[in-house]
Amino acid sequence: MQSMFHPAGPVAQRIASLGWLLLAVCIVVYVLVMLVTLWALLRRRPVAEDVPRTTRRLTRTVMIATVVTAVILALFTVSSVVAGRGLASPTGPGAITVDVIGHQWWWEFQYRDVTPSDFVTSPNELHIPVGVPVHLKAISRDVIHSFWVPNLLGKRDLIPGQVTNTWLQADDPGIYRGQCAEFCGHQHAHMAFVVVAEPMDKFLAWIQHQRAPATGPASDEEKHGHDAFMHSTCVMCHTIRGTDAGARLGPELTHIGSRMTIAAGTLPNTRGHLGGWVANAQGIKPGVRMPPNPLNPDDLQAVLTYLGSLR
Amino acid sequence: MCRWSWGLAIGASVTLLATACQREVRPFQDLTVASDRAQRPTLSSISPGSPSPAPAPAFSPYQNNAYATGEGKRLFDAFNCSGCHAHGGGGMGPPLMDDEWIYGSQPANIFETIVEGRPNGMPSFRNKIADQQVWELVAYVQSMSGQEPIDVLPSRSDHMRYSTPENARRAEVPKQTGTP
Repeated sequence: MQSMFHPAGPVAQRIASLGWLLLAVCIVVYVLVMLVTLWALLRRRPVAEDVPRTTRRLTRTVMIATVVTAVILALFTVSSVVAGRGLASPTGPGAITVDVIGHQWWWEFQYRDVTPSDFVTSPNELHIPVGVPVHLKAISRDVIHSFWVPNLLGKRDLIPGQVTNTWLQADDPGIYRGQCAEFCGHQHAHMAFVVVAEPMDKFLAWIQHQRAPATGPASDEEKHGHDAFMHSTCVMCHTIRGTDAGARLGPELTHIGSRMTIAAGTLPNTRGHLGGWVANAQGIKPGVRMPPNPLNPDDLQAVLTYLGSLR
Repeated sequence: MCRWSWGLAIGASVTLLATACQREVRPFQDLTVASDRAQRPTLSSISPGSPSPAPAPAFSPYQNNAYATGEGKRLFDAFNCSGCHAHGGGGMGPPLMDDEWIYGSQPANIFETIVEGRPNGMPSFRNKIADQQVWELVAYVQSMSGQEPIDVLPSRSDHMRYSTPENARRAEVPKQTGTP
């Protein structure tokens, strides 16, 4: 569930605690003010000779209320500064660093390595190990986007030409949905991603698998799909490592068969959805950068088989 | 009298404002007209028998469309047209911001040039660029020498560039040169 009130990590926990504190205090203050207002409306007016005594009492009440207000505001200030400092830097050393790249309208997560051939690019799916801080270096390739995983951290803007450093940590394994939180054009609403938090050994196995280039086409159908891919519009924008396709305009497809969603969290990754997407993405996500592709039916089916085999 | 005329003036201005606003349409996929062979221009002026070759149709689905022109500008860099044509000034390939057109200045001619390629180095992008994107590139190529209305021409670039923005350039009058 995508909710800031169900924090799954220390960053979101601090934000949620601060939110609850503000909410609780404000509810108490609101109820008190309403009660006092009601009492003032209903009480009997004082008789004329009592006025000086009433005024003295009033002055004392106003002073007490002012002091209480000042104390509450000071408490709010201190707690929000403390929460803000807690968000600024991780509690322990960072386990991994992930580059977050915002595009219209999809996310690219890059895992760097000392060996350039071991770089891993995972579009729209951020895998992280559980229980350790993960550093994020966020940048945008076109307009301002905002990285937001309500269960894990607050919004962080991605500014073109400027690196935004932030961090997150998931304490419970699970799948958390994230969403672009800064209006970025036609398909801003369909710019989602998932964060997959898993134990360290499973994470390492995942990244080891992602490092491998695409396996060559095994069957005749896959071979047909591979050739159709390389000879059509697909190859102008997409990368499949281990083949001739190396363009970097669209998401990398080296392991597309292993991903949960397509089109930045818009559709589940099934053969039918992928077919509709490849044939006419504009019918699903109008304005998306992927053009309608005039593949003939045989080629389209073969391309789908080939893409499905890229696990 | 005075109040009446004020009311009339305000009413007229509101009506004008409401009706004068022509909102540009962004067609994302209705390109049924794309590229039938019958509608395509002939590539040679010589033809057997008497009939003369039909002139290139002036039609382009993205004529006067600022959004498509902007997308074309993005694709011009993305598909590395700039690699040979620079940003219109020319290099290995001919300049595109001047008034000289070797293979015709009509949208259909430019479409044909991109899809089929031309002698002396222009590659054929047949099957590699979808028709919709080719038409977007056509719109941008036209805008480079000011062949579109000024409100359609791109005014800024996404990246650092020292050339004059398209909408601040002099609009050229196309001139057929015919020499590659």
